[in-house]
Amino acid sequence: MYGSSEKNYLTYPTGVKSWLFTLDHKRIGIMYLVLILLAFAAGGFFALTLRLELFRSGEQFLDQDTYNKFFTLHGAIMVFLFIIPSIPAALGNFCLPLMLGAKDVAFPRLNLASWYVYVLGAAITLYSVAMGAVDTGWTFYSPYSTQSGGEVISMTFGVFVLGFSSIFTGLNFIVTVHKMRAPGMTWYNLPLFVWGTYATAVIQVLATPVLGITLLLLILERAVGIGIFDPAMGGDPVLFQHFFWFYSHPAVYIMILPGMAIVSDLIAVHSHKKIFGYKLIAYSSVAIALLGFLVWGHHMFISGQSEFSSMVFSFITFFIGIPTGIKIFNWVTTLYKGQISLNTPMLYALAFIILFTIGGLTGVFLGALGLDVHLHDTYFVVAHFHYVMMGGTVIAFLGGIHHWWPKIFGRMYSELWGRIAFVFIFVGFNMTFFNQFMLGSQGMPRRYHDYSGFYKTDLFERYHGFSSFGALILGVGFAIITIYLIASLFNGKKASDNPWGGLTFEWATTSPPPTENFSYEPVLKHGPYDFDKVLPEDI
Amino acid sequence: MQGQGTFNLPPAASTIAPAYDSLFYFIYWLSVFFFVVITVATIAFVIKYRRKKGEAFKLTTGFCHNTPLELVWSVIPTLLIFVIFIWGFQMFMRYWVIPGNAMEVRVTAQQWNWNFKYPEGASREILVVPKGRPVKLLMQSVDVLHSLFIPDFRVKMDIVPNRYTSLWFQADQEGEYDLYCTEYCGQKHSRMTTRVSVRSESEYRKWLEENSVTPTGDVLYKRYGCNTCHSLDGGTGNGPTFKNLFGSTEKMSDGTMVEVDDNYLRESILDPKAKIVDGFEPVMPTFKNTLSADELDSLIDFIKTQAE
Repeated sequence: MYGSSEKNYLTYPTGVKSWLFTLDHKRIGIMYLVLILLAFAAGGFFALTLRLELFRSGEQFLDQDTYNKFFTLHGAIMVFLFIIPSIPAALGNFCLPLMLGAKDVAFPRLNLASWYVYVLGAAITLYSVAMGAVDTGWTFYSPYSTQSGGEVISMTFGVFVLGFSSIFTGLNFIVTVHKMRAPGMTWYNLPLFVWGTYATAVIQVLATPVLGITLLLLILERAVGIGIFDPAMGGDPVLFQHFFWFYSHPAVYIMILPGMAIVSDLIAVHSHKKIFGYKLIAYSSVAIALLGFLVWGHHMFISGQSEFSSMVFSFITFFIGIPTGIKIFNWVTTLYKGQISLNTPMLYALAFIILFTIGGLTGVFLGALGLDVHLHDTYFVVAHFHYVMMGGTVIAFLGGIHHWWPKIFGRMYSELWGRIAFVFIFVGFNMTFFNQFMLGSQGMPRRYHDYSGFYKTDLFERYHGFSSFGALILGVGFAIITIYLIASLFNGKKASDNPWGGLTFEWATTSPPPTENFSYEPVLKHGPYDFDKVLPEDI
Repeated sequence: MQGQGTFNLPPAASTIAPAYDSLFYFIYWLSVFFFVVITVATIAFVIKYRRKKGEAFKLTTGFCHNTPLELVWSVIPTLLIFVIFIWGFQMFMRYWVIPGNAMEVRVTAQQWNWNFKYPEGASREILVVPKGRPVKLLMQSVDVLHSLFIPDFRVKMDIVPNRYTSLWFQADQEGEYDLYCTEYCGQKHSRMTTRVSVRSESEYRKWLEENSVTPTGDVLYKRYGCNTCHSLDGGTGNGPTFKNLFGSTEKMSDGTMVEVDDNYLRESILDPKAKIVDGFEPVMPTFKNTLSADELDSLIDFIKTQAE
């Protein structure tokens, strides 16, 4: 597929061993990308099956036990195997050193180790699925998770191992950003993708250990009955929720900050315009990362925690809304007087702004104490976090893949098919999830296998049916993307070094880059978004 | 179901619901406003500043900072957020401060059914309340987490084992409403639903009197959800069928043989994990705190009558 005449990181060295033992961040990024996309396909399969089951009221083709396992697997796979590693481990690994003008990450061996730890974690999770899976929901709430008959120990252990992969990556990125910047590259000359990834890495390192502790306690609870979450032994199930969300809320920012990071870069490059409010976007990433540690209790307003805690958590939650809002306004203003190319990556970046705005605004409903009472644990929440996680992170991830694809593989994909698939994704996504807001505020609880026999069954059925139909369209969109991206590897046009006219280091080297990233010593000569001073041919 | 809901919200059938809906629609219209501003600006800029086909990259403006603009979009949302926080907090306090004159109904949640005990002693699987009187639900769970949700009343509260949680409402429209469990609780979570019936004071009184007598076993069999696992026709479920059960000899999971008599049934209902019939999982919750002595008798009598 690649001419042997060109020597780049993909073609040299050759052989399976040269990949399995590679220390090259670019190859490790690709190895992550492959596994992460497989995990996404698996999670997507479960999602589609659930949607088809919910197409009508009553049981269609999944019994309740299978349904409960499937929604657990959908959540667990999407969160732990796909979305948390997605942008940092795949695109971050590939882009971060290139963007810094570095030859590799700070600890290449640790980087490879993190990939193997991910493989190990995924293998344990697969074992758990093969042995009968779990039906606890991805949140593993006790005491149900200590009583349920499923493979809870192996599943949580898999997630526990995956956490280390995440910690290793985060640690690596922090040191890399501190120590490996090219001469002349100050903190305020970092591309915003790097700022976002850096803020994410800080959360990965600080929050993930708490998840590890929590899951370990759960395993001990099941295996030897220590009773820390068991009310019958004087434990407290609400304590599990505190532990769990102390990680899992910051984890929400592990998921969304890299998405925001990609979008900041995409908007600037494809509108060929200096980013508006660079420092505020950078600081807001850090502010979100820090405040993100103090809001876990907003998942528990009606869990039985004290009303005073609920009040404090609600208050801090609203404060995260401010930096988030500022980011959105900055992106939109960046478009003003730009030179905007509406190619596939930019379409995803613009879709991100619109979908993430919906995700953010509906978060205001849930953050308001009184309103959360009615909306909590309904489809309103499901819609809200899918707008943030999928409309936000996944859309940004798709944008990022399309943006850096020419750099990663040296090939262009079909722009026409890219746009067609985008329409499927955008329309399908909104059809699937927008009506779930109404479904939820009308009272439909989440995690319900069957909604027949209620006074509102007819109403629920209309929304559910529409949603399932949208999911099919979404599925077609992903199928199209898979086909044209794979096809581009074989017959795609050769990509130029700088197809989008970017100004950051990765666009200055060849596509694909050589193993050592640059054939020269990169020195910073201008800011990452100086589209007012530098033309792309002069970088 | 009485009354009409709106596009976003179900009918408002409790005293707190109209206040809830005002805050909901306040945020709703604010959101619509911001969404329209952001979307329209995005689309307008994209159209206006779109790069022509084949046009070479040129130097664009260095416009990247504007203090008044940035102050406007930081300060205004901050102020709005304060308003929403305080409003939301006030709503929350209305939920959490329970009127002193509220009538108390005890709720027991267990996988996967509800039980409501009324002050006058009646005990049923449905919630019947008088219109226009504040009602406090004092709730406990005998197994895992549950959550009680009545959408048309806009109330919800988690139910946690080993402690009481409570909520209150005052229904102000007669009618029948859905009640859901909204904290995932295992296999039949989506079937752990029941009805709320709001009646006039006199209807409510009448209903209470009718229900203060211990009901017969066949009623209890359904009320306490025995039917979800134990069939009457010999079919297999999560538990053994009741058909021809009494007087038979069953093999236990530890290999011993046990004759099904009154005491065995009593033990199996109150301490289900003591003896497990071979081939079944120990999944049955205890009914120790749920059944009264009379109810237990009725239920055992009912199981007896299932033997030919």
